[in-house]
Amino acid sequence: MARRVLQISPATWAGGIALALVLALSFGSLAAVALRAEGDTGLGPADWAAIRFTLVQALLSAAISVALAVPVGRALARRRFAGRQVLITLLGAPFILPVIVAVLGLIAVFGRGGILSQALGLMGFEPISIYGFHGVVLAHVFFNLPLATRLILQGWLDIPSERFRLAASLGFGTRDVARVLERPMLRQVLPGAFLVIFLLCLTSFAVALTLGGGPRATTVELAIYQSFRFDFDLGRAALLALVQFALGAAAALVALRVALPTGIGAGLDRPMTRWDAASGWLRVQDAALIALATLFLVVPLAMIAINGAAALPSLPASVGWAALRSLAVALGSAALTLLLALSIAALVVRRGSKLAEAIGTLTIAASPLVIGTGLFVILFPLIRPERVALEVTVLVNAAMSLPFALRALVPALTAVEADFGRLADELGLTGTSRLRRLWLPRLRRPLGFSAGLAAALSMGDLGVIAVFASPDGGTLPLQIYRLMAAYRMGDAAGAALLLLALSLALFWVFDRGGRLDADA
Amino acid sequence: MLTLEKMLVALEDWTLSADFTVPTGAKVAVLGPSGAGKSTLLAAIAGFLPVASGRVMWNAAELTAAPPAARPVSMIFQDNNLFPHLTAAQNVGLGLRPDLRLDADQHKAVDKALARVGLAGFGPRKPGRLSGGQAARVALARALLRNQPLMLLDEPFGALGPALRTEMLDLVADLADETGATLMMVSHEPDDAKSIADLVILVAEGIAYPPVPTAEIFANPPKALSDYLG
Repeated sequence: MARRVLQISPATWAGGIALALVLALSFGSLAAVALRAEGDTGLGPADWAAIRFTLVQALLSAAISVALAVPVGRALARRRFAGRQVLITLLGAPFILPVIVAVLGLIAVFGRGGILSQALGLMGFEPISIYGFHGVVLAHVFFNLPLATRLILQGWLDIPSERFRLAASLGFGTRDVARVLERPMLRQVLPGAFLVIFLLCLTSFAVALTLGGGPRATTVELAIYQSFRFDFDLGRAALLALVQFALGAAAALVALRVALPTGIGAGLDRPMTRWDAASGWLRVQDAALIALATLFLVVPLAMIAINGAAALPSLPASVGWAALRSLAVALGSAALTLLLALSIAALVVRRGSKLAEAIGTLTIAASPLVIGTGLFVILFPLIRPERVALEVTVLVNAAMSLPFALRALVPALTAVEADFGRLADELGLTGTSRLRRLWLPRLRRPLGFSAGLAAALSMGDLGVIAVFASPDGGTLPLQIYRLMAAYRMGDAAGAALLLLALSLALFWVFDRGGRLDADA
Repeated sequence: MLTLEKMLVALEDWTLSADFTVPTGAKVAVLGPSGAGKSTLLAAIAGFLPVASGRVMWNAAELTAAPPAARPVSMIFQDNNLFPHLTAAQNVGLGLRPDLRLDADQHKAVDKALARVGLAGFGPRKPGRLSGGQAARVALARALLRNQPLMLLDEPFGALGPALRTEMLDLVADLADETGATLMMVSHEPDDAKSIADLVILVAEGIAYPPVPTAEIFANPPKALSDYLG
């Protein structure tokens, strides 16, 4: 395809500005952090412990998630049953599930007063505790087992069905199929899946905040937060932020060599016929695996619904105000995400550059808390940070949602321009006319999906707000955390149910809005 | 008059050269084997492909570096001539104002153009509810309304059946007569050329040859054309 006649258009300007903003957030805040970091004290033993804990929990979480996902993915790939599609959709839900909600659900199941401990008590055993190392890993597996399962299931479905037909005609057994077809596929899929989950666990803050803590279960990000909130030691926070960035950057460099899967694709509901797996024992095994995975996913959420529903009518007013603030943050973040993503997508499509992928990898490894630390360091001399807590949260959340929005928008806009670009050029459809008459109507679906995702992710985010918020301000997830810290678990469950409903509703409304009345 | 003065289009491993004029008001068929560069020729005239050297002129005005919308050209493509999310009337209205802020007179002009191509009352329909022939008529209505002196057709009727294609070609010829537009249409059907074109441009092996009267070229076809006709 020949290059189009180059023109500097408004879209190019907007894209350049959006790109500069994202780079300033990622690297400008890092520079601010680097200037503030105090090198003379160096890293203490507690800091080294935090680094070790961060790496070990991320490695273990990723390993367990991937190891469990292989049999579950295989079971889902080769079985058909009623509700299979619902279950596969459900596997995508943890992506927009607020971390704090899931943590409360896990506490209700695996905590000291949870149903598992009660069952153990009936049998005469001691109750178990969810706090500490194993709790952090458990929560990370809860979030990432579904993701890993989807990625691995995708790998299975990418094997052409003709191969299985050929295997059946050659009389392959389950072991032969595994050796010839499945293991080569897994060798390709597993490193990427492992790495994505490792990266996610490396920068996961809310899980460590709620279930970790103490000298033996503190991540680097949690240590950054504690340096702010408890010691107000900006120099140490900045130093730790540099460490966190180095960890993320190192992992991202490895990730660049491995193709990272996306995990939010469609088309996972296609079942395949497997002639080699028809034996009764294998059916039972697969059914048990699917049932266990479903229980692991559904029971904690059901506990939130059960415990929360009772507390919902009598929630304190502070929860209502926090919910309103959260809604404002989520809507603002969704709007900003779309603005940034559309501008950058326009630039990428017009210029044919690879920027989108680069930004995607950059921000998946970037830590919102590091960006937050940088902004705090920059803003602190100018303004009281808690006065801009919500604005900063909007900005950081939008930056975090950007790679997902770009992944949805760039291919869609590429297709629109390929199909209608010449016609629009010929008719002089430029600037806002092109935006209003061509791009927005043709991009409704990916725009709706991106807005829903950005709003839901922002609604449930418990990260940078924890650093910035004043004691009586902040968002709904932070309010839930405060209720938990005050041992008001009933109110916390009620607020969590509210948060869950709002997050899912936001996603549904935007995503549905993009699909309604869309022309082919 | 369209002038291509030593025009050279350079794609990655392939070039197309053209050096000729097309008189105003002519109806020209562009013939040649597929892949020879027929569409490339039209895309260069319409401004979708940069010209490596030489000039493109319309009368005394140089177009070589002008963006597509600034050229005195309406082009109808092989497909995707209509935006599927806009109604037929809106698709036609885009020919008057890209921002679609039409006044009452312009709305009337849109209705009139639709009526002229036999689609009176089809204005509110979206392309999904039009047949292939009707969609082609909407694109023609827009070209009529834009009233540009040069009309380029890149095989827009290729997907239509023979009877419908003849009907559309007759409509195109009538519209070109009414507006006095110069018509250039890509085709791989020699019959299309015989039925409405008075000149033929042969495109073969990277060269667009100067236009030759239709009767003459078919009576005494050059080697490239007789190879193509078989």
